[in-house]
Amino acid sequence: MLYKTLKLNTEDQKATRDGFGVGLVEAGKSDERIVALTADLKESTRVEAFAQEFPDRFFEMGVAEQNLVTVASGLANYGKVPFVTSYATFSPGRNLEQIRTTVCINDVPVKIIGCHAGLTVGPDGATHQALEDIAIMRVLPNMTVVVPCDTEEARKATLTLAMTNKPAYLRLGRDKTPSITTSETSFELGKGYYAFETDSADVTIIACGALVYNAIIAAEELGSQGINVDVINMHTIKPLDRDIIISAAKKTGAIVTAEEHQITGGLGSAVAEVLAEEYPVPIEFIGVRNQFGQSGTPAELMKFYKLDSESIKGAIHDVLRRKG
Amino acid sequence: MSLTDVQLKNLETKANDIRMSILEMLVAAGSGHTAGPMGMADIFTALYFHILNHDPKNPEWVNRDRLILSNGHIVPVRYATMAHAGYFPVTELNTLRKFGSRLQGHPERHALPGLENTSGPLGSGLSQASGIALGLRMDANSLKLSGASALFPKPHVYCLMSDGELDEGNSWEAIMFAGNRKLSNLTAIIDRNNIQIDGMTEDIMPLEPLADKWRAFNWHVIEIDGHNFTDIIDAVNQAKAIIEKPTVIIAHTIPGKGITEIEGDYKWHGVPPSKDQAEAWLKGLRTLGGKIEGGHLD
Repeated sequence: MLYKTLKLNTEDQKATRDGFGVGLVEAGKSDERIVALTADLKESTRVEAFAQEFPDRFFEMGVAEQNLVTVASGLANYGKVPFVTSYATFSPGRNLEQIRTTVCINDVPVKIIGCHAGLTVGPDGATHQALEDIAIMRVLPNMTVVVPCDTEEARKATLTLAMTNKPAYLRLGRDKTPSITTSETSFELGKGYYAFETDSADVTIIACGALVYNAIIAAEELGSQGINVDVINMHTIKPLDRDIIISAAKKTGAIVTAEEHQITGGLGSAVAEVLAEEYPVPIEFIGVRNQFGQSGTPAELMKFYKLDSESIKGAIHDVLRRKG
Repeated sequence: MSLTDVQLKNLETKANDIRMSILEMLVAAGSGHTAGPMGMADIFTALYFHILNHDPKNPEWVNRDRLILSNGHIVPVRYATMAHAGYFPVTELNTLRKFGSRLQGHPERHALPGLENTSGPLGSGLSQASGIALGLRMDANSLKLSGASALFPKPHVYCLMSDGELDEGNSWEAIMFAGNRKLSNLTAIIDRNNIQIDGMTEDIMPLEPLADKWRAFNWHVIEIDGHNFTDIIDAVNQAKAIIEKPTVIIAHTIPGKGITEIEGDYKWHGVPPSKDQAEAWLKGLRTLGGKIEGGHLD
């Protein structure tokens, strides 16, 4: 059943970027060190409210993502806590080396906000659909990687990341999505939790971002058919909650990972790395398979690239067959 | 503010000592860059021994001037100068590029107190310096440093860059940004030695008219002889007096300066001298090019 503080709500949908915008203003009120920079995407990355509230702490950088993150590195080096916003394909897509050298090796608290990540950007097409950003961020030492599942979790993640003295990447979506978490739901960096749990589960889905909702729907539907499914919301990809992954593998002996990202290098790879070392069990991966996206509605794309709840159900059947 | 004869003599002697240390550490390391560090020895000497407001015993002092090195590959000259300035023992210079050393092949902020920033990949130092200058200006009124204000922010931020790294797009993003923000507490110093790894800058990717380019991006431009201490110090004083814009000092330098055999030769960009070469060159430096017998370090 659904975790006690969660409540699925498809009525009043919001995007994770919306929650970030609200959280950043809250964080800014409690910590004067927080500043925000954007690469000509103030409105769509939802940093506009912060800019209005704190005009002296907001910097428009123009369409220059390399400078965006390196100026932020300097500000953080001096003692500020900069949040830098752009689209994920551009930041961290275009400025990877600057992030590696001036943020991660420097080890300064720059918070990289990658908006419009994943296929659900929709009509903009492949150039704007970041499907590799989790991989390139989680491979960097000192980096934290968070992929919130809904707007409220994005708000809490923003508040939490504002308080860490480390580099961080926060992956956000453009599309409005159902809400899952509530004001009662706690957010603990680096700790996954069971969003949906059954007593004698046959399989565990480990999901992040928009796919958490699809996973819960798949679990609910399969439950009514007598297949018991657990769903873990793994909002923090790095540092990864190894304990919950290992205990899930021991409990069910079958894992499905689900993410709006290339299978290579993302959440699925991270989970597989842990289980290969600690407790190997059959794993099926829901994610994009070595392809770029294309124009379409988010729903069309999720179905075509097999990220929808029907595809997750298919993966559960596959992994149960392998489990034997 | 101009230099006395004694001050000038002391700076020249110090720069000579630093050049010798650079050669010694490169030979001990067995790899590294020769031309750039030798060419920048005078500017580093002027900065650490005359210009910078700093405290080698308290490298994290909040009101220190910030020296950001953008072209990290010339870091041997920074290490050598810092050692001579008292940041760490001169003997530690021989650990350059060795396993476990604080003196990494390219500078790492956390490896050695006083380094300020990590660099090596080119073109991002000026952005980092701009961010620091921006932060200092935001807090100018609260830093409690005598005379500091939003209009006259202190401390000052210096960014040392190469001419070759002006090929990088990131450099021009930073130049545009600092000009836009009128970061008058930022001074860029370009090592205009006209060489890069593959040849002469004007053959690889011409930069001229370089001063005009910076002016077009709303910077105050000063061109100097980068081996003339009076020039260097006067230019920095002028840069601090300009409050409408950031200033760039285009310092014309000779790569490999001090070693006649390699001066101006781009092939010495990224290689160290052999032991024999270094011994001969050190003898030259020790005798100030044969002008004196022996040397003050003997």
